[in-house]
Amino acid sequence: MAECVRLDSSTSSHTMDKSITLPPDEIFRNLENAKRFAIDIGGSLTKLAYYSTVQHKVAKVRSFDHATKEAASDKLYEISVQEEVTARLHFIKFENAYIETCLDFIKDHLVNTDTKVIKATGGGAHKFKELIERKLGLKVDKEDEMTCLIKGCNFVLRNIPHEAFVYAKHADSEFRFQTTQPDIFPYLLVNIGSGVSIVKVESEDKFERIGGSSIGGGTFWGLGALLTKTKRFDELLQLASKGQHTSVDMLVKDIYGGSYGSLGLTGDLIASSFGKSATADKEFSKEDMAKSLLHMISNDIGQLACLYAKLHNLSRVYFGGFFIRGHPVTMHTITYSINFFTKARPQLSVFISFSLINGEVQALFLRHEGYLGAIGAFLKGAEEDNPNQYSWGENYAGSSGLMSVSPDMNPMQRARSGTFDMLEMDRLERQLVNLPLLQDPSSYIPDTMDLTEDALAREYWLYCFEEALDGVVKRAVASQPDMPEAAQRAEKFRQKYRHKLQTLRQQPFAYGSLTVRSLLDTREHCLNEFNFPDPYSKIKQKENDMALKYYQKAVKSLEELSWEQRQFALVRGVLAGNVFDWGAKAVSDVLESDPEFGFEEAKRQLEERPWLVDSYDQWFERLKGPPHKCALFFVDNSGVDIILGVMPFVRELLSRGTEVVLASNSGPALNDVTNGELQILTERIAAMDPVIHRLDKVLAMVVRERQTDLVIIEGMGRAIHTNYYAMLSCESLKMAVIKNSWLADRLGGKLFSVVFKYEVPAGKPSQHSAALSPL
Amino acid sequence: MQLITIFSLTFPAFPWFGMDIGGTLVKLVYFEPVDITAEEEQEEVENLKSIRRYLTSNVAYGKTGVRDVHLELRNLTMCGRTGNLHFIRFPTQAMPRFIQMGHDKNFSSLHTTLCATGGGAYKFENDFRTMADLELLKLDELDCLIRGLLYVDRVSFNGHPEGYYFQNPSDTQSCVKMPCTLDNPFPMLLVNIGSGVSILAVYSENNYKRVTGTSLGGGTFLGLCCLLTGCETFEEALEMASKGDSTNVDKLVKDIYGGDYERFGLQGSAVASSFGHMMSKEKRDSISKEDLARATLVTITNNIGSIARMCAVNEKIERVVFVGNFLRINTVSTKLLAYAMDFWSKGQLRALFLEHEGYFGAVGALMELLKTTEDP
Repeated sequence: MAECVRLDSSTSSHTMDKSITLPPDEIFRNLENAKRFAIDIGGSLTKLAYYSTVQHKVAKVRSFDHATKEAASDKLYEISVQEEVTARLHFIKFENAYIETCLDFIKDHLVNTDTKVIKATGGGAHKFKELIERKLGLKVDKEDEMTCLIKGCNFVLRNIPHEAFVYAKHADSEFRFQTTQPDIFPYLLVNIGSGVSIVKVESEDKFERIGGSSIGGGTFWGLGALLTKTKRFDELLQLASKGQHTSVDMLVKDIYGGSYGSLGLTGDLIASSFGKSATADKEFSKEDMAKSLLHMISNDIGQLACLYAKLHNLSRVYFGGFFIRGHPVTMHTITYSINFFTKARPQLSVFISFSLINGEVQALFLRHEGYLGAIGAFLKGAEEDNPNQYSWGENYAGSSGLMSVSPDMNPMQRARSGTFDMLEMDRLERQLVNLPLLQDPSSYIPDTMDLTEDALAREYWLYCFEEALDGVVKRAVASQPDMPEAAQRAEKFRQKYRHKLQTLRQQPFAYGSLTVRSLLDTREHCLNEFNFPDPYSKIKQKENDMALKYYQKAVKSLEELSWEQRQFALVRGVLAGNVFDWGAKAVSDVLESDPEFGFEEAKRQLEERPWLVDSYDQWFERLKGPPHKCALFFVDNSGVDIILGVMPFVRELLSRGTEVVLASNSGPALNDVTNGELQILTERIAAMDPVIHRLDKVLAMVVRERQTDLVIIEGMGRAIHTNYYAMLSCESLKMAVIKNSWLADRLGGKLFSVVFKYEVPAGKPSQHSAALSPL
Repeated sequence: MQLITIFSLTFPAFPWFGMDIGGTLVKLVYFEPVDITAEEEQEEVENLKSIRRYLTSNVAYGKTGVRDVHLELRNLTMCGRTGNLHFIRFPTQAMPRFIQMGHDKNFSSLHTTLCATGGGAYKFENDFRTMADLELLKLDELDCLIRGLLYVDRVSFNGHPEGYYFQNPSDTQSCVKMPCTLDNPFPMLLVNIGSGVSILAVYSENNYKRVTGTSLGGGTFLGLCCLLTGCETFEEALEMASKGDSTNVDKLVKDIYGGDYERFGLQGSAVASSFGHMMSKEKRDSISKEDLARATLVTITNNIGSIARMCAVNEKIERVVFVGNFLRINTVSTKLLAYAMDFWSKGQLRALFLEHEGYFGAVGALMELLKTTEDP
């Protein structure tokens, strides 16, 4: 049964402070523009969902008109800050005890809504129907629970990276996040409420309850209350985590004296749950009975889930429901059970006569499991806006993240039941798709290092981001010189981001796998939150203007070199240009100096060949062969990097007859060149250099149309932190300078070590062997 | 048959026992020869006579040993000898006393092989050796189970079929027990419900596999009943269960949805959450021990039924045979299993039961004794 447990009469009397522990405007954010509400009321928690719009600032660049160009000093483009409205989904989870206070707050802050209806689901929806209708003046429209649950599940699986995880109690990192699969279907959802429902989900709208069991969370709770006289579900779990089931259960070794070898049943296996309690002359502790009960129920559910998974040939099994909801104890026992039953091979007697099922079943859990019903109910009501058409991303600045409820890991876990948990999702400008050139999109992991698992690396990077915080705050203030309150906002940003970093230090798994990329994203989200759309815009502008002045000179000096020398000089140019990175502490001095001097200085700083990773010789050999059809170049920083490093390299490719597609960030991140800036830059360079033409199309389409056969990835962020191991289906070149001594150390190099990784996918012979050198 | 009698010059020395030492119960079958010649009688040692007399003239042994007289197979021919097969059980807890008795009666002087199966054959092997100077012939319990089951079905229950099923299992009023034999028994899904449960797919006497098992078995029913009601025996627990009403304890679909859950085709009367009502204190205060015993029985039985059904579907086997001592005097469970198989499979699966429920392992062990001397 999907139904959630109604409150025990004894638990509802559990006194609770009805005041909200956080300032409510930090919880129910953006209520002014909220429209379309949904609510999911479970046995103890209420989940509220609403759609709202957020107005925030974005930095835009605009080329100066030709007519006024002379007048407008030597600036290439102007920067303007504009207001932009984007859609955001808000989900808030709180204890049912707060429901009235929350409804009052919402009513008082709801300004301009034409909404008449609130979608509702969950076992408690009926109970609170009247209250909601009275308080909000909205009509409660009930939606089927299971339908909502599945809609919600599809939504989070599709939109939230690292939504699903495997639970491993004794591993270094408790949570092992799964990478998002391009195709989420089919899967099995095992919802453990008071009973168990097993649902097979085949597509967005096609799902079927293929089975279930009456032995579920209600059995644990009900039977547990009878056996131990303990009333609360959480307390029963606490008891269970302290007990020893072996005093109550009859194990294989109690019957056999050891293992049942011929069947491969080990001695510690439970032969009969509660098998030892069939006696009148023994007392059993509450803890032991609770533990035995927990094992019995978890094993039973795990077994049934495996049987259904095998019958329907499904390997992805997600577990949810209040029995699971963030409880490490039950996640552990369910995982254990699934592992046992999926690995237990049928025992053969004489003849082998069974079909082997290869797909092993894995127990998966969801970070936002508690929100599924609310999300689904919301989506049901929002069908006309078609939110499924868009991509949505978790806003790290406004989302609470996963809290460990493991008592030894998080001593504050009891405090959980007094706080509010939030999830916010922003509508992304465009749908995100995998680069079609990936060899295996399903195994593509855009992060080289998982900081959730690598404690040393995590320690270092968290420290790094904290150290860099002052600088970012300074830049942020400086980027808005005309706004007097910028300093105050920047301070708020500092507090928020520092708090996020501290949370991540305690709970690195809060937003899925922790990576350098997610730390950067979190910072951008926090900056946006406080209206600092692009703290580096002014610096980038200055750098671009200055570097541009030297472009022609740089090109000219390259042209004077022999072909052979030039190829090497171009690569060194890209690498030296990449030293100009505000994200790297080691180079900020160089950045302040004259770009021409700086560029030369950077070249001197570069490691001499052989580089740390060095496939220059292969690349050079390849260049003697036929030109590539089309190269896709992922560029990194603005200024010297893009203009003096990348552009001459691109120019050379173009002169060989290779088309070049430049790919850059759509939004700002440090001094990375953004798409807007890049367009102006290429236009400007094209105006003074006939070799460069501008290309502007949707990337994935371009890549397919132009038959891209070379991908160039530049910079530490793109080539090392994220795509170092990415396998592409065409030739690829990864170039970066390591501007961080810790990372250099990790990789076995020194500061300013060079990574130059040229790869040809297996099965595609490098073409140089077939081509004769023109020289 | 006569030929065999003539040629089997050697048969194992008496007494003939087969023993199955389970987690909760020891099952003992004893072959009492009724064709003893005067010559034999004379040669027969005294303690052999006394064993025979003790076993056949009593129906109860000590405080806890019981002979299931109604199950006795009469005038059976085994290994060329005619006799009666007796079925005796006692709690595994009494094993030390049993071994002590073996010592006291000087069993080891009888030159018989004690064939034993079940986990206890391994667990108590050393005790038999040290306390009673007896060597056990240890046998695999699943091998014995299948062999014994096929044998008893073959020889029939004193002329009546060993098996039975329920006609109209979905209607409590017209549901009747119907005898049947297992002609052409393969393939069958064999569900053995002892303290725990083993589920086997059997394709022939020697070709089978253990598909799965569950720890929620007879031991769980009794263990939970003891904790919940303070009862002490299986009989007591069943007696209470027969008087209780599980719907006071379990939450039904209609308790949640007010009726059927149509979206998923679930009847309102289906159990949504076993013991689900017990989450509420008021409900906990209002139920009887009998209700609790009944709910425990129904929960365990339905769960076994559900796993068995899944296995049958996975293994593509339509006939499901339930055995094991959990089913002894337990018509609530047998009827429920019959109903569950029929209802959830929409009539595709049929549940079969056997009269000698829990004794097949012991019979199989005895047959091994006869086989060891029959084919040298």
